[in-house]
Parts: sequence; structure tokens; C-alpha cells
Amino acid sequence: MSRLSFYLIIALLVIAGAALTVHRHVQFEVPWTPGEQRQVWEIQAEVNFVADGGPAKVNMALPTSQQGFRILTEHTASPGYGLTFLEERGGRRAEWTTREAEGDQQLYYSVQALESPSSRHADVEPPAESNDIVWESPYDTAASQVIERAWSRSADAYSFARQLISDFTDEREGENARLLLTQFDRTPLLVRLLNQADVRARQVSGLMLEDGRRRQRLTSWIQVFDDNEWALFDPRTGEQGKPDNLLLWESVGQAVLEVEGGNNSRVDFSMISRNQPAASAVRSQLVEDTLLNFSIHSLPLEEQALFQTILLIPIGALVVVVLRVIVGIKTSGTFMPVLIALAFIQTSLLTGIVGFLLVVSVGLVIRNYLSYLNLLLVARVSAVIITVIAIISIFSVISYRVGLNAGLTITFFPMIILAWTIERMSILWEEEGPKEVLIQGGGSLLTAVLAYLAMNNPWIRHITFNFLGVQLILMALILLLGNYTGYRLLELRRFKPVTED
Amino acid sequence: MWAWPKQLKSRGIIGMNRRNIRYIGRYNDRRLYPLVDDKLQTKLLAERHGITTPALIGTVTTQFGIKHLGNMVASVAGFVIKPAKGSGGKGILVIERVEGDRFIKPSGAALTLKDLERHVSNILSGLYSLGGSPDVAVVEALINFDERFSAYTYEGVPDIRVVVFRGYPVMAMMRLSTAASDGKANLHQGAVGVGLDLASGRALRGVQFDRARHDHPDTGHELASLAIPDWRSLLMLAASCYEMTGLGYLGTDMVLDRDRGPMLLELNARPGLAIQMANGEGLRRRLDSVERQADGLDVAARVDFAQRHFARRGELPPPEDASPLAGMAAGA
Repeated sequence: MSRLSFYLIIALLVIAGAALTVHRHVQFEVPWTPGEQRQVWEIQAEVNFVADGGPAKVNMALPTSQQGFRILTEHTASPGYGLTFLEERGGRRAEWTTREAEGDQQLYYSVQALESPSSRHADVEPPAESNDIVWESPYDTAASQVIERAWSRSADAYSFARQLISDFTDEREGENARLLLTQFDRTPLLVRLLNQADVRARQVSGLMLEDGRRRQRLTSWIQVFDDNEWALFDPRTGEQGKPDNLLLWESVGQAVLEVEGGNNSRVDFSMISRNQPAASAVRSQLVEDTLLNFSIHSLPLEEQALFQTILLIPIGALVVVVLRVIVGIKTSGTFMPVLIALAFIQTSLLTGIVGFLLVVSVGLVIRNYLSYLNLLLVARVSAVIITVIAIISIFSVISYRVGLNAGLTITFFPMIILAWTIERMSILWEEEGPKEVLIQGGGSLLTAVLAYLAMNNPWIRHITFNFLGVQLILMALILLLGNYTGYRLLELRRFKPVTED
Repeated sequence: MWAWPKQLKSRGIIGMNRRNIRYIGRYNDRRLYPLVDDKLQTKLLAERHGITTPALIGTVTTQFGIKHLGNMVASVAGFVIKPAKGSGGKGILVIERVEGDRFIKPSGAALTLKDLERHVSNILSGLYSLGGSPDVAVVEALINFDERFSAYTYEGVPDIRVVVFRGYPVMAMMRLSTAASDGKANLHQGAVGVGLDLASGRALRGVQFDRARHDHPDTGHELASLAIPDWRSLLMLAASCYEMTGLGYLGTDMVLDRDRGPMLLELNARPGLAIQMANGEGLRRRLDSVERQADGLDVAARVDFAQRHFARRGELPPPEDASPLAGMAAGA
């Protein structure tokens, strides 16, 4: 029964850990490898208008995360204006307001959009059907003829839209189309015709992203609904589908920019793209903290750096558990090697090993002398601590004078731990002889090096820092290892003589 | 160089992990550990249960009390200073005899009272105790060990380890100190381990540094003739430690005193696995068969069971064959 609940807990931990990890990968697009590059677009919208002198209110549509793009951070610059972000009519909008504005006004809005192939559209409500479309003569006949022609050559909403738009493109433009275009703008006209044929459609605005372009305008597109699906059509060519570099800026059929208390308003866009490591792109995401999205990234940067190290300790612990339980290596102090490995991360491996050996061996010599002084234990270990500090300072100064700057990193060693290591090894030397010191010291160093290699692996660092669910899986692994009753690797050698006769 | 896990398993060898989880973890209640981890407590407990232990000369519990050490050992011929919570024989200092103000160790090295006081001070500050916690020094009378064993040992007193599982003695060995082990009966330091037949108390097999050995490396005396006198009462003593402590998986360390017979030296809640090497046999089969036994048998019945079921024939060449010629033939 207790076994069953044990394995149940293990299974639960693994499932929860895997679910959290996959959730983070899928939902927040945290990549599995640290090296992955993602393209981030910096887009700036500049709103210009001439204010009338009284109160002014500027209302602009804002982009949301959509197929192909994920919105990261956004900033505004609009001195003298109050700013509110609104969620209305299914879209996000920014509203700038001021009591008094005169002359040329400029408002800036910039946004970072991450190219992410797996990002999906949010569900959009199709527009309501409009039944009261009235045409004046002679446009009514022209319109019904155009619709009829396209209708007869189509099967469903999408093919109808395609046919209709192609009748308005240059080469195939018929009499009727030309007549209608004299009175109406192309995109609203097409939407109107589509609606009249009971096809739900609306006009949306998008920005074609091209690196380094300035003073760009939004282009209009037609969104055609078929049941709950929708497709985008280019009103100029009739092509179906969203180009990869099209960012839908306004996608609910509202005006992009509304200005009250001003005129000559327009909005220009400029953009640049840059490559960014996927992990740091993830870091700048605009996300609310929910329980599922429990992430270290919501902490201030300094604490994040701290956690990056803390989250590696379970990896070091796992290495220690494997080496002790599966291999059977003896170390001096169970988790001392993990702390030494953490120091190696700061010092780099070679400097770290040389420094460790130097400090411990010199410490052992001095500790040997201290044992003649007949001191109480606490006082002796304290004396060793001071000795270790002295050794470290002397080595730092010498290596600096000699020009070995790497020697300065020796200060990252945990001094109290080193002092205890020296104390323990010294006692071991007295009681069991130098051989045991070599075995345990070597075992500790080997464990520390392996823990370092594991903890310093960029992929492992990336995974532990970005996927907290992995900690649960590590926990499950360690619990499982704690239940291992098989032989240790070194026992296969130790007990070999028994099998010989 | 390496054995296959299957080979070890077929011989019933138990590894560290299995011992820790399957036996110590399951049969040894953590709450009972202090009884055996603290030798002073073990000693007092043993006295209450009428189990003989080496005579207690005194204890030192405070650094302040160290200055009474000289008085304490003034009139004693030989004594042993040990940390109450020491492990693996650490911190045990044996003084064989006193010559004036010089304290002579079995190796012949002489110590002064200052050295003794420093040693006691180290013990009190927890140098040898588990986890470095403050400790108490126990001063005991030296054991008058049975001269019949002097040919089998070098300097130190040979002790007998019996692993007791659920009150049943399951395996036994004698540990003979050598020059390599510095007079200590610690197998990993080079003491010779001699597996003992549970039925008769006779030697089965000898090992030093995990390699088979037929004689004592220092005295050269063959091991095959080694037999423990009064074997059954020693097993009874070991088995009764189960009732005394309540620990299911227990290592009992005993010595044979010339005058007082088998004496309990100390108990171990985490007995090592080297006993398997000394016996050339794994513990698994015996532990399994004890696990199938019902609870509630008395000490004599349990010892009967062990003597009947765990009897074995020795692997050592009989003493008369242990002539130099036979040794050469074996070596060739």
C-alpha cells in the first residue's frame, strides 16, 4: 500500500512536471534549446494631427497577439496627454486625451512583436449580418449583376469572395465593376457586395512588415467568414490567405484612428527587425502572472540572476545522488561538492581545480600545525577559516601581481565549507591515513567536476531556469533513486572476491 | 576486476543500498538509535538487562572536568578512553599500561597526561561524534583478553561481530587486528576478518583487504584452528540485545574476557557489509529465512534456529595441512 502511494506520488510529480513544462513551451513558446533565434519587430506608430485648440481625444486601434506574431512589450510617448488602454468592441485601443491642444501634435506608440509560427488567432466574433443595404439606381442593377455573375461561378463563401474580387481587378474589370468603382472605394465596396450576398465580411487593416521601412501606411484587407472560420483576402488581387509578413493592426472592423478636436490626422509606421535569442524574447513577454504561468521571469532582474543559480542546485544534488547511490563514490561532506561546483561556475574549471587544490593542501599543512596547539574544536575550525581567508587573499594578490587575473576569482570559493573540508580531511589523515584522504578528496573533486559540467551546460541552465516543472521531475527522479536497492557500481568490484571461489 | 550484478545476487550478497532501505530503514526505528549511538547509554542499558560490559571507570562530560582525568586513571593498570557517540572505532584510545607518568599504548608508544587530556578535549568538542555534536568521554577498564587468542592477533584485542536480525543471530565474524590496521580491529584498515560458523564458532574463512587469507599476516598463525570457546553463550548474549534495544537489524560487537567471559563492547545500528566477505557468503538467504519466522520466540529458541539452519563447513585448509609445504603447494 505504501509502495503504491509512493509510485503514485512519483507519477503525479512527473505528470505535473511534464504538464507544466509542455504548457510553458506551448503557451509561452519557451524554446527547448537556448540557442534558438527569433525575429522581433520593433514597430513605431506616429500619430500626427493638427489640434483645434480645445480638448482633444485620439483613439487608435492597437494590435493583439495573432497568427504568426506575439505582442511582447509596448511603450507610448505622449507628453501632456492622458493615456488609457481600452478593451472595446472586441479589440484593444489606446485613448489619448488632453484638455487643451493647439497646432501640430505628435503621439507615439511603439510595440515589440515576436515572430512566432505557432501563435494562433484569438477567436473573433463574426460581424452581424446587415440586411439593409440600399443602392441607388443605376448602381443597384450593376451590383446585383456583379453578384450574380460571381455567385454562379462559385461554390461557397470563399470562392465567391475570390470570384467577386477578381471581377474588380484590372484585366477582367467589367462595365459594371467600373461603374461601381466610380462611386465607391474598392474595399468598402467589396465588403458591401459581399454582405449583400449574405456573406459575412468586414474590412480590416494590416501593416506589411519590411525591415527598415519608414512612413508606412496600413493596408486594407477583407476578412470573409464562413461559419466560424475566416480567411483574409487581398482586395487588390483577390488572393486568399494572410501573407507571413502582414501584421493585422485592426481586426474587428473599426476605424484605425479617430480624432476628436483635431484635423488632418494620420498615422505613420516605421519598423525594424532584429534577431534575439529566443530565451530573452520570452523574458520580455507581456503576461499576467497566473498560477500556471508561475515564472521566475516575473521577478526583478537581480533576483532572477540569483534564481538562475539556485535552480541549478537540484541538478548538482541529482549528480551527487547518482554518484553516491548508483556509483558509490565517497565524498567528504555530502553536498560539499555541489558548493565547490557552484564556485567552479564563477572561476572556470581549471582555475577552480587549481585553486581548490592549492587552498586545501596549504590549509592541510597549517591545520596540521594547529593540531599541536591543543585547541577546542570550534576555535580550531575558526582558526582554519581565517587561514583559508588568508590563503585566498595571498593567492589573489600574488596572481594579480603576476598578471594572472583568473586567480582573482578564487575569492568565490565558499570559505567556511573549505575550512570544514580541511578540518575533516585532516582528521581523516590522522585516523585513516593519506590514502583515505586521497580517496575521499578525489571523490569530492570528481563529484564537483561532474556537478559543474552538468550545472554549467547551457542547455541544462536554459531548461532549469525556464521550465520550473523540471524541478518536479528532478524531485521524482531523486525520490526514485532514494528507493534503489540494487548494487552500487563500485560494490561490483568490492564484492568480486566472494564470487571467485 | 568487476563482478556482474547477477553473480553477486546469486550468492545473496547485499549491497549498501539494499541494506539501508530494506533492512535498516524497515527494521530499525530511528527513535531507538540513541541507545546504540551513545555508548554510555548502551552500557547503562546493558547493565539493567544483566548483560556484561567492560567495567566503567568514569566519564568526562565537561571541559572543566578534564583536570580530574589524572585522578580517575591514577590507580588503574590499563584503560580505554572512547567517545560515547563515536563511530567506526574513531577516537578510541587504548592505554595498555601506565609507567609512572607515561601512558603506554599497545604499540609501545608513550603518551603524557597532557596528550590524554587533549584527546578527551577533542572528544568533548565532538571531533569523533556523528555530526560533530558535543560528546562525552567514557573511560573503561581494559579487557583482560583471553590468551588463547594471542597468536591470532597483533597488539589489539580481537572482537567478535554478530549480526542479529529480528533477534536471530544470522552471521558472525572475528576481527583480528594486524600491524597494517595499527592494532585496530577495523577491516577496511587492514584487520583480518574471520568468518565463523554459527553452529560451532569455528573459523570458516579469512580475509584481509577483501582477499582470502589462511593465516595471520603478522604472527603467521594459521586461522583454521580458530574456535570461539563458550560459543552458545556468546550467541545468547548477542541475540538478547534485540530485546534490549528493539532494533531489528543490529551489529553486536563482543569480546571474550579471560575472567568474565563474553562481554558486550558496543552495538551498531548500521553494521557494515564486510562480514559477507569474511564469510564468503551473502546475507540475503539467511535474512530471508529469518523474515519467514514468526515473532515472539525466546532467545534460546532463536539461537537454536540459527545454529541449526546457518551451520556451514569451513573453507580453510585443516590445521595439519597448513604446513609450509602445503602452503607452497597452494601458492604454486
